[in-house]
Amino acid sequence: MHVLTDLFFTFAKIGAITFGGGYAMLPILQREVVEIKQWVTDEELMDYYAIGQTTPGIIAINTATFIGQKTKGTLGGIAATLGVVFPSLIIISVIAYFLQNFTDSTLLQSAFSGIRVSVYVLILHAVMKLWKNAIVDRAGIMIFIVVFSLAAFTPLSPVYMVIGSGVVGLILKQWLQKERGQ
Amino acid sequence: MIFLTLYLEFFKTGLFAVGGGLATLPFLYDLSDRYGWFTHQQLADMIAVSESTPGAIGVNMATYAGFATAGPLGAIVATLGLVSPSLVVIIIIAHIFDRFKANPFVTAVFYGLRPASTALIAAAGFSVFIMDVFSFELYTSLASLGQVVNWPSIFLALVIFIMMRHRLLKQLHPVVFIAFAALVGILFSF
Repeated sequence: MHVLTDLFFTFAKIGAITFGGGYAMLPILQREVVEIKQWVTDEELMDYYAIGQTTPGIIAINTATFIGQKTKGTLGGIAATLGVVFPSLIIISVIAYFLQNFTDSTLLQSAFSGIRVSVYVLILHAVMKLWKNAIVDRAGIMIFIVVFSLAAFTPLSPVYMVIGSGVVGLILKQWLQKERGQ
Repeated sequence: MIFLTLYLEFFKTGLFAVGGGLATLPFLYDLSDRYGWFTHQQLADMIAVSESTPGAIGVNMATYAGFATAGPLGAIVATLGLVSPSLVVIIIIAHIFDRFKANPFVTAVFYGLRPASTALIAAAGFSVFIMDVFSFELYTSLASLGQVVNWPSIFLALVIFIMMRHRLLKQLHPVVFIAFAALVGILFSF
């Protein structure tokens, strides 16, 4: 299969089995594009998430565009993005047209309550897989704890946390190099 | 022309909404107030549908809003409008990123960014966990904290977690665990 069609269909598949948006997409991306297709590495995925949160647009789209671009240039970015939105277009249009009382179904609500449980377990599992590559020293643990607390318990926008930890990384690296130089 | 207006309005939403899909919500309320394309009640439905169907929430909401405004073509135009800024901005950034990845300045920035990025993902998972496990609206009327906790859901979470760490089962695709959770939800009416 041509890389562009492969990108489109892989991301269409990802879009069709992601419940709950950009963060819930991570475990599926790890399986599909890191392990199976090997288009990107775990580290790159984390970098894309960091960038995707500080740039315009929603994270799921930004990450899809990034991976597509890395794999097959500008056209790859477009193919991946169109792929990831394709299932939404079909499914939502059908629901909007035929099923006005879609969310009233108790069956669906039960199913979704179950799905929500799997979503946070999958995210936890994804984070455990990233941990070894993301947190390499004590400074990393500190950054993790601070950002996690801010994100979980304050309404502060993630944009500031991403920018702040980038600056902290820059200062720490400079300082570590100076320490070593002396 | 309705399609051009739709495209431009959703382009603006995509450009200024930073972060997760729910970041697009204030923009949708604004569209509802200014154009009357859909009501606030319809918006509440859109959120419910977008959260309980596959796909990114932001994309689902744009598709739904576009459909409510101008049918299937409206859905396509609104969705394309929403993703256009991402495409342009990310493709430019990706080119720059590729070139400067090895630059010591950039590696130093990402040395700080990676733990932060992981923490943000963990926090997103944590907030789903809190929402799912505690029903705070019950808290005032009940005496014991144990009654506010959704024990069946914690039990299911543990079962899924153990399955995912299992030597053989961990090879399974994540969607298998999602389907399993949906099935348990239906069978035990969660």
